[in-house]
Amino acid sequence: MIAALRKELLLQWRTRGQFMAVFVFGAATLLLFSFGIGPDASALRTFSAGFLWLGLLLSSTLTLAESFHAEMENRALEGLLLLPSNPRSLYYAKAIANWLQLTILGIALIPIMVVLYDAGTTRLPTLLLVIALGTAGLSAPGTLYAAMTAQIKAKQTLLPLLLFPLIVPALLASVKATSLVILGDPMGQARPWIILLLAFDLIYWSLCGLLYGRVVED
Amino acid sequence: MNEVAIDASRLARRYGRRWALSDVTFHVPPASAMMVLGRNGAGKSTLLRVLATAIRPDRGSVTIGGFDVVRDREDVRKLIALLSHQNYLYESLTARENLAVVADHLRFSRDRIRPLLEQVGLSARGDDVVSTFSAGMRKRLSFARVLLQEPRVVLLDEPYGSLDPPGFDLVDSVIRGLKANGATIVMATHQAERASQLCELTLTLENGSTQ
Amino acid sequence: MRKGYAFIAIGALLLLFGSYRGLFVAPPEQFMRDVQRIMYVHVPTAWNWMLAVIFTCICAVAFLLRNNMKWDSRLEAGLEVSTVFGFLLCCQGSIWAKPTWGVWWDWDPRLTTTAVLLLATLGILALRSFVEDPTKRAIWSSVATIIASVDLPIVYFSVKWWNSLHQEQSTPQTVSSPFHLPLRVNAFGVLFLMIGFIMLRTRIAAARLERELAEPPVRIGEEAGELA
Repeated sequence: MIAALRKELLLQWRTRGQFMAVFVFGAATLLLFSFGIGPDASALRTFSAGFLWLGLLLSSTLTLAESFHAEMENRALEGLLLLPSNPRSLYYAKAIANWLQLTILGIALIPIMVVLYDAGTTRLPTLLLVIALGTAGLSAPGTLYAAMTAQIKAKQTLLPLLLFPLIVPALLASVKATSLVILGDPMGQARPWIILLLAFDLIYWSLCGLLYGRVVED
Repeated sequence: MNEVAIDASRLARRYGRRWALSDVTFHVPPASAMMVLGRNGAGKSTLLRVLATAIRPDRGSVTIGGFDVVRDREDVRKLIALLSHQNYLYESLTARENLAVVADHLRFSRDRIRPLLEQVGLSARGDDVVSTFSAGMRKRLSFARVLLQEPRVVLLDEPYGSLDPPGFDLVDSVIRGLKANGATIVMATHQAERASQLCELTLTLENGSTQ
Repeated sequence: MRKGYAFIAIGALLLLFGSYRGLFVAPPEQFMRDVQRIMYVHVPTAWNWMLAVIFTCICAVAFLLRNNMKWDSRLEAGLEVSTVFGFLLCCQGSIWAKPTWGVWWDWDPRLTTTAVLLLATLGILALRSFVEDPTKRAIWSSVATIIASVDLPIVYFSVKWWNSLHQEQSTPQTVSSPFHLPLRVNAFGVLFLMIGFIMLRTRIAAARLERELAEPPVRIGEEAGELA
């Protein structure tokens, strides 16, 4: 799996231009959300967590779809499967690489959020933890569905359609936890949400790894 | 090195309502070479893909080295290497890196890469990204990829495609080398004359069936 | 085929009987009065929706384990039925919510979970329509169904925590006895209807599969490779 992970990271590094584009997309959505609400500073601050995660979610569809573009161009994924290989390791390598990219994206969007919504926080480590866990929740099923939809024609519409209902719990938990971190958490309520996120991640990282083999084999 | 035979019996494979292969039976003895002829759309690529375990047959069975392509897929994959229409390359990686992906995967040493690049005539372009390659160069790199796997069974789909005359000679020498090593070869091609110099057996496919 | 129609007929009759009792004979409920009568349809629909979802999950697992296309036909039927029921649930929930809470949607955990699952099922049906190869379609929809089904309890709990409005569960235990009969009758009515629909729909799906997976043309006299 280390070999597969090395390849994923190399591929991501080579296509880092695309990451910039996704980042700009994410920043633009955050900007558009603020236009949607209007210049109401306290409302913006209150909903900043929601905006951040919605922006991340929308951007993730781009990242996830992109991650399989290189595999499908020349059927490289099939080439690897025939070597022989373990589809599970391929899945985890790709899911981890996607997770990394989404986490970096999330971190990159924090300053945007701070500036646009006046939504800073002193509890930075907790925020980073939430971002890491939340993006992990997006990446696991997202990578699986991206593998599926990369092989069919309506890939752009189908990936969000399949993914969004599924990650509702992860979204709720991430938004709630982030919101508490930003707006203050006097009763320590962030903890159960973080635990929910962790549970979601554990369940889906195992389940999707199990099912990936069936999805990519013919 | 052990030599491997291929046995196919009444293979059939459909795509939607169309049967790409309808009834294919053949036997390839160990360390021999068979060429597969047929018009475009006759099912040559499909046959090779079934042998490579990329797709499953809907009917019939195939064993390679005694392993069934459906039940013992992993064992079959250890024996075969496929040179496909789709070259299995990563566009944004260099030639060397593409081979390194395979080498790392198979836990082979990366030292094997350089001599292979030399053999296929790509040593000058080893560090260039594949997206800058012409079709012929991609073919050569795909050959290097196949050789890297040290297969017992080599499946070639149009090996001469996209190549110039020196490339043709390269393919011939590679195939001769593989045969000398005892590999079993199945080659789909339109270059029947050239291939007949190398192959003892011929299989002609028409509308997905052997005649 | 006839069995399916029989189920539907019985189900329709039961539903008519139960609804008559519920709408006209049962006394109005203490606090919510006549609006509460929608429970006679809503609760049975909810129970059966749950059953339909569990059914699709079982079909999905069965298919992945057995690789028998029979399960895929059943899965398709189950998915469509659970979509319809989910949609009905959302409509019924809205109809009940407006006079009661003043809003069309009250973010009740169960209703919200239904909506999320409804979207997920619609997504899976959309996926099916875009995949032509029957085997791949079956595998992918089974995988997606399992993932969505596992999500169901997680969605429910997360929305429950997230939400502050509470709603008492109305089961026969919390509902006194004049309400039992129409509720139970309707529940069975909807159940029979559902079974009937699933059977019919499965038959349609299986027929379509039969068309797609035609037999190969057999040729006489094929030979093995000859010497060049």
